Amino acid sequence: MAFLELTGIQKRFGDVAAVHDFNLAAERGEFISFLGPSGCGKTTTLRMIAGFEQPTAGTITVDGADMTHRPANRRNVGMVFQSYALFPNMSVADNIGFGLKVRKRPKDQIRKRVGELLELINLPDKGNRYPYQLSGGQQQRVALARALAIEPQVLLLDEPLSALDAKIRVALRHEIRSIQRQLGITTVYVTHDQEEALSLSDRVVVMSEGRVEQIGPPSEIYNFPATSFVASFVGTLNLLSAKVVDAPTGRLDLAGQEIRASAGIAGASAGTIVSVALRPESISLGEGAPGDNRLRGPLQDVSFLGSIVRMRLSLGDAAVSFDTFNDPNLELPSVGSVVTVSFPHEASLVLDHAPAPRSAEVAALAEA
Amino acid sequence: MTAGPNPAFAGRGVVDNVLRDAGLTPSRRARGLSKILWWGVFVVAVLYFFVPLYATFLFSLKARPNLAAYTNTLDDPQFIGSLLYSFVVGLITVVISMALLVPTAFWVRLRLPRLRRFIEFITLLPFVIPPVILVFGLLRTYSRAPIALTNSNLGSDALLVAAYVVLSFPYMYRAVDTGLRSIDVQSLAEASQSLGAGWLRTMWQVIFPNLRVSLLSGAFLTLAIVIGEFTVATFLARPAFGPYLSLIGGNKAYEPAAVALISFGLTWIAMGFLAVIGRGSRTRVQVTGAR
Repeated sequence: MAFLELTGIQKRFGDVAAVHDFNLAAERGEFISFLGPSGCGKTTTLRMIAGFEQPTAGTITVDGADMTHRPANRRNVGMVFQSYALFPNMSVADNIGFGLKVRKRPKDQIRKRVGELLELINLPDKGNRYPYQLSGGQQQRVALARALAIEPQVLLLDEPLSALDAKIRVALRHEIRSIQRQLGITTVYVTHDQEEALSLSDRVVVMSEGRVEQIGPPSEIYNFPATSFVASFVGTLNLLSAKVVDAPTGRLDLAGQEIRASAGIAGASAGTIVSVALRPESISLGEGAPGDNRLRGPLQDVSFLGSIVRMRLSLGDAAVSFDTFNDPNLELPSVGSVVTVSFPHEASLVLDHAPAPRSAEVAALAEA
Repeated sequence: MTAGPNPAFAGRGVVDNVLRDAGLTPSRRARGLSKILWWGVFVVAVLYFFVPLYATFLFSLKARPNLAAYTNTLDDPQFIGSLLYSFVVGLITVVISMALLVPTAFWVRLRLPRLRRFIEFITLLPFVIPPVILVFGLLRTYSRAPIALTNSNLGSDALLVAAYVVLSFPYMYRAVDTGLRSIDVQSLAEASQSLGAGWLRTMWQVIFPNLRVSLLSGAFLTLAIVIGEFTVATFLARPAFGPYLSLIGGNKAYEPAAVALISFGLTWIAMGFLAVIGRGSRTRVQVTGAR
């Protein structure tokens, strides 16, 4: 039996279903991220684990014990909030020791534990400060220490870094992961930042409109997205409509040019419109190796993104983005010139048989 | 772009000329004018407030021998007795009002936001219903069986406090609600719960301390209203300060002026004392965002 199990979880707010049939089994010490756009139900699910919301249906167990209807203050679940939620009237040390005081631990034990945690979060001399005297990053570290002080069975983090600036966010992200590994605590992390989810997690749960779209390790989520939503939400993606030429061999017609999909297309017949996902980094400028898929068209746009250069190839109504590493000696084709790009057929993933969304929709999803 | 003279100060050419002659740049001139304007407003407000007090003071000095109005007032056991009575009733009112309204405002904010408008309406009723109506209602209900409270002093005191609690609703609720708005109540309550605290501990150790300044301002207003209240205390025949003021106002010439100034001074001292307590409050909350 898994350490943290959510079985058939549903949550309705009146007529609105916030979470549909959510199932998850997390092992002890695992780091799980809930990833999805705003309103996808990730925070609601986290709040159900914490006990702040009651599921409409389903069960939540931690280490075999049913937590579904247990009040939040009897769950032994640590929570870190986006807004830090440090008690403004208490010093840093009192904040960290609050949970232990509630548990009526002896004073010297509380002092010792608070000292250990201040060391752990690298703020050994800030115990007497008040929250308003700390920076955002320091406050969030204190919030983490406070949640860890009670030695929770599960640690929940609700977009803990989203109020911080980019540099601190990256530093604190590594710190959180390192502390989590050190303590081996089962952790659920909610974020809408794909980079955060992919870099931190053992497994990622991608959610959309209250449903689980895919659960898997970061590499699987990125390289083998199960649905067009996952493909478009995680990473940058070309999502193109193609017509099936021959389903068993995976031959497709993409804007009048033939390519091969990664595999045969089950359940489709010639003429069926399918969505093809192509990552920009898997496409190269040039003819490529023998057997590769090739597309030819005018270059629509070239943009520098620092370490990479992103180009867009026009294919009738659609466009294909592709990347190349930035190199000062690189001779880039000019906008408007006709170029050929290539990619291995394994890179062209057929997602579903519905028509692909328009490129504007894909861009919006990717930015969300 | 150069900063020209502020159009808001057009027409005050004399001051502007003086500042120009002093060699100030246009932007500094505008700031100087703004400062002068605000000082002017401040001086007018101070005069508006203190001139009547000063006039009352001068009037109270007409009693002979010198300061007789003050010595007579302080020698009158009813003065201290009624002031003390009203102060104690005021404190009890504040405590009950807080005990009722803090959890209500907290719960409405946290769990029943749809009821907010309704609760706000209820708490505003004392502004609409005059105290005389309130006290008549209380007398009709509680001066006969089954709950004849007016038959005893303690019962009448309880009725007085109950009426004052109702009168304090608009001030106390608004003060608490404003305080709750300034902190992230939901996250604080949830953080406390996730650490194992129950509702009582959360209220007492997390919510109450962070509302200290708001609660103090609600307490000031309630205390000020209770100490000067006349109608309810008179109809319930309680030895409160409001009826005492009215009584000596009708019978003596200079003492009411002295009583007014002394009670003013005592109220200020009390408020100053509470403000000193509140100054230690650490309610600077950074709800979210990097510093």
